[in-house]
Amino acid sequence: MARISAGVGTSHVPAIGVALDLGKSGEPYWQPIFAGYEPTKAWIAREKPDVIILVYNDHASSFSLEVIPTFAIGCAAEYPPADEGWGARAVPLVEGHPELAWHTAQSLILDKFDMTIVNKMDVDHGLTVPLSLIFGQVESWPCRVVPLAVNVIQYPPPTGHRCYSLGKAIRRAVESFEDELNVVILGTGGLSHQLQGTRAGLINPDWDKAFLDGLTRDPDGLARIPHIDYVREAGSEGIEMVMWLIMRGALDAKVDELYRFYHVPASSTAVGHIVLANRGDRV
Amino acid sequence: MTESSFEDIPGTTLFDGRMSRIGYHLNMFCMSLIKVENRAAFKADEASYLDRFSLTADQRRAVLERRWNDMLDMGGNVYYLAKLAATDGLPVVHLSAGMANLSPEDYARMMIGGGRRIDGNRSKRG
Repeated sequence: MARISAGVGTSHVPAIGVALDLGKSGEPYWQPIFAGYEPTKAWIAREKPDVIILVYNDHASSFSLEVIPTFAIGCAAEYPPADEGWGARAVPLVEGHPELAWHTAQSLILDKFDMTIVNKMDVDHGLTVPLSLIFGQVESWPCRVVPLAVNVIQYPPPTGHRCYSLGKAIRRAVESFEDELNVVILGTGGLSHQLQGTRAGLINPDWDKAFLDGLTRDPDGLARIPHIDYVREAGSEGIEMVMWLIMRGALDAKVDELYRFYHVPASSTAVGHIVLANRGDRV
Repeated sequence: MTESSFEDIPGTTLFDGRMSRIGYHLNMFCMSLIKVENRAAFKADEASYLDRFSLTADQRRAVLERRWNDMLDMGGNVYYLAKLAATDGLPVVHLSAGMANLSPEDYARMMIGGGRRIDGNRSKRG
């Protein structure tokens, strides 16, 4: 059967992708950020996942105000990088895993999570920047990807609790897939940041640290945090952090924190990153 | 918890259903700029390009004059407005600086210094 071996949380700041694509990753502003992902790059090269389930949000690239799915799962064979207004990133085509994706979609819907099924979409920085951070600049991505897009732009996004529960359902779905697959799940977005209004530039390191601590030790507690606390404490765009709870829900109750990284700033954002491994018997 | 409790958070516009309704055409204009041919058409003649969208007169003026906070107040969402900024060759951070009433240089300095502090910025009640 397929199993989820680990979860990774990471910010998906678009400027990180731009810096990498323009060859600026060695500049003093960016170097600490890329250096902060080196241990994860080494870890994932050893872990060799077959598939990544990548929880992210589309930033008005494939979805617009015309259609706003709360939870959408990509079931396509491939996903081209999106043109977000400055040309598409020159990164490899993202290969999907339609068999696992369809199985997961079906399992989730029968498990009472009413997913939107997507067979055609471009993927923006929300999905490609995390891949770049953990795999670097490559000719092709070393594993297949099942995109799971969450609405966090139009209020209200799903609650943290609902996201956490969806993660648990994703785990049930993956573990009922008959092929042997090593699956790693990524939760992306955040940490604290606010891009808009006169409070733009808000960063709250204490909140961010408490959130990272809670991910490892008290995810049930994190899942009870209401939206207003995210917006007030972590900024209007910090509410993206609910997506990390999908990742966390898909893991064991007790996990090993393999790695953590935190850096301010990347553009307007606090970059947060964590690697959590399941303790279950590994094949 | 009601949506109105969000109004206590200073300098923050919640993109809820009300703002989404007000800003629908403004945001869909911005959305159209993800296509390279639309960016070219807009840059060639901004006013005529805007005729394709049902913007209010105030929204239209705010777009032409790039008044970011006014666009925000009229239902613009930052991720959509970012497409307009990108068409001008400007990154999102430029938009955020403008909304914060800071020069891009002062905003960048604030961020490198750790960003805007949360203390004093949680509530309009102080």
